[in-house]
Amino acid sequence: MYLIRKKTVLNPTIFMMDIVAPRVARYCQPGQFVIVRVDADGERIPLTICDYDRDEGTVTIAVQTMGASTYKLMDLNEGDHVHDFAGPLGRPSDLVTDDIGEVRKKKILFVAGGLGTAPVYPQVKWLHEHGIEADVIVGAKTKDLVILEDEMRAVCGNLYITTDDGSYGRKGLVTEVISDLVEKEGKHYDLCVSIGPTIMMKFCVLTTKKYNIPTIVSMNPIMVGGTGMCGACRLTVGDEVKFACIDGPEFDGFLVNFDEAIERMKLYRTEEGRALLEYREGTTHHGGCGNCGGDR
Amino acid sequence: MADGMIRVPVTEQDAQLRAKNFDEVCLGYTEDEAVDEAKRCLNCKNPMCVSGCPVRINIPEFIHAVSERDFDKAYEIISRSSSLPAVCGRVCPQETQCESKCIRGIKGDAIAIGKLERFVADWARTNGIKPHTDNAPNGHKIAVIGSGPSGLTCAGDLARMGYDVTIFEALHEAGGVLVYGIPEFRLPKDSVVKAEIDNVRSLGVKIETNVVIGKSVTIDELMDEEGFEAVFIGSGAGLPMFMKIPGENAKGVFSANEYLTRTNLMKAYREDSATPVFRAKKVAVVGGGNVAMDAARMALRLGAEVTIVYRRSEEEFPARAEEVHHAKEEGVKFELLTNPVEILENEDHFVRALRCVRMELGQPDESGRRRPVAIEGSEFEMEMDAVIMALGTSPNPMIASTTEGLDITKRKCIAADENGKTSREGVFAGGDAVTGAATVILAMGAGKTAAKAIDEYIRNKG
Repeated sequence: MYLIRKKTVLNPTIFMMDIVAPRVARYCQPGQFVIVRVDADGERIPLTICDYDRDEGTVTIAVQTMGASTYKLMDLNEGDHVHDFAGPLGRPSDLVTDDIGEVRKKKILFVAGGLGTAPVYPQVKWLHEHGIEADVIVGAKTKDLVILEDEMRAVCGNLYITTDDGSYGRKGLVTEVISDLVEKEGKHYDLCVSIGPTIMMKFCVLTTKKYNIPTIVSMNPIMVGGTGMCGACRLTVGDEVKFACIDGPEFDGFLVNFDEAIERMKLYRTEEGRALLEYREGTTHHGGCGNCGGDR
Repeated sequence: MADGMIRVPVTEQDAQLRAKNFDEVCLGYTEDEAVDEAKRCLNCKNPMCVSGCPVRINIPEFIHAVSERDFDKAYEIISRSSSLPAVCGRVCPQETQCESKCIRGIKGDAIAIGKLERFVADWARTNGIKPHTDNAPNGHKIAVIGSGPSGLTCAGDLARMGYDVTIFEALHEAGGVLVYGIPEFRLPKDSVVKAEIDNVRSLGVKIETNVVIGKSVTIDELMDEEGFEAVFIGSGAGLPMFMKIPGENAKGVFSANEYLTRTNLMKAYREDSATPVFRAKKVAVVGGGNVAMDAARMALRLGAEVTIVYRRSEEEFPARAEEVHHAKEEGVKFELLTNPVEILENEDHFVRALRCVRMELGQPDESGRRRPVAIEGSEFEMEMDAVIMALGTSPNPMIASTTEGLDITKRKCIAADENGKTSREGVFAGGDAVTGAATVILAMGAGKTAAKAIDEYIRNKG
């Protein structure tokens, strides 16, 4: 059992938790993830590490409610426990392991979409601590879904915020910001790191390819084991099949087959929807899901 | 049995009935049946059966105790050599080990050693009898990586010798392949596996779950910073293999490890499970080993029509005869001498069909089995909506790559001698991590041998 030391609700669908897990906190690096199980019968949820405090032995995760398991997690509070917390899993970001001298020579642009802001944050913070100021684009559907703005501003170079509906920052997609920075402002970037919904990473890569900016993406496929044992998270990178859990989660975005990855994420869509309705509506669920037959 | 030639039959769930539930197939002997079967044992002076047992259980002695209805004593004898008798009695390939050496087997049926072992273990559990240890703690700390059959055996044996043992497990539950791989209907999880792991705990063994060695902590740190004097690596062979054929990433293609982990460890067969499993109507399972049989019979119970696709003939099946027999009885179909060449997708990228080619057997290959060769122009399609790949597994490189000076073999297994000694001082290894995918009992044998070697190592270190 792992104690929830702190819970911060950022908006109605996104919350953060500091979990006491000394073994994970001691070794985790930006780019890695953990697997959380809420209760004794819970499923294994992979979540990217958002921050960590080695002295306190805590790891911070950011979660967006999606299915029944994440709603269950949201219903827990400070002082409660999650049943399992395994990690750190996956490879650390290349930025952390590459020669720091080489990294310093690069002008780096981060592109974060929605919850993807959370895993971008520790990377930008790590660079800041090593004297590197990276530019960051944060995109969200609407103002309420922009997260970690102050924290990010404190550790990055330029911060560009854009919302789909124009309720905050500029209006439009992250790809339009990339194009404007390169074409209108004449900015030059040697490396882009894009983390967010798979569809956003796909279009981000299409844009950066145009400007020849090598781009790293962090993939979040369906997972079970998280340790290389099952291959549920496999994806095609170049002409090779890779396991996101041990070969990734970060890959060369120019080589990732995004269409296949997006398809594979849809595998259990109806099952997950049903489980969510059951959890949230319980006995008041009268077949509104259209699947269970309860409305017939 | 008057003439003693024929084995007392064991009751099994009816094939039609069990194909629709997840309860155990084999119901085991009753007390009277066990005693009758035990009485057939000739109690050989030079018991060949013991030499066929990787953990060297004193078989004639425990069977003799059963024949005298002294089940308590029988359990005491078995538990001296084995930490997991209820597991072994169910999943060991006895027909090629202890029972294959039985003198009774020359003219009639070999003694049902496995079924008797299972009976004794089940009897002990139902009657609340625990294995006992009288060795005083010796204060030496040993770490065991992995809580599968080799790790549990090594830990149990070391604890009996007085060592302070901690097992580190990457998953959230202890048991390794016993909990994620072998299905409920062959090896009940709560009543059998959990109970035997609790027995190992009752010997004083601590189990820390959610620790991924090489990620959460390294072997070097366990030894240098956490005070462990020796380490046993029993991390298994966890990486699933795929065929590398077109369409393998379509929705509806799974490794057997994934399919079985979802259904066994995560209990996806239950309505109330938080983990989903793909409910297919027509499933192809590719492979001919025990894991293929397990996946096929699981898919069957989840309501699918199931076909095993295997490139050799039935004679070459690596699976136990009993498993193949059970699968057939339950209605699993077999397409032998058949090899998949492509998985075809529908417009939504779900599996639509499996394109296969017929094979014939040519000259024997390095495994001694005749090599299957494709027959030209024999390609055909089978309609399927899921394909499960049960092609075998290879060891996870995570530990070897994070442990300084730990040699691996060409096949990416950890290099260890016959006593489990690796290239690193104080580091021992055994089970599938060393041999590649094999059986539960061979892993247990390796865990046992390594426990002895670790004891000698600690004693000699002074």
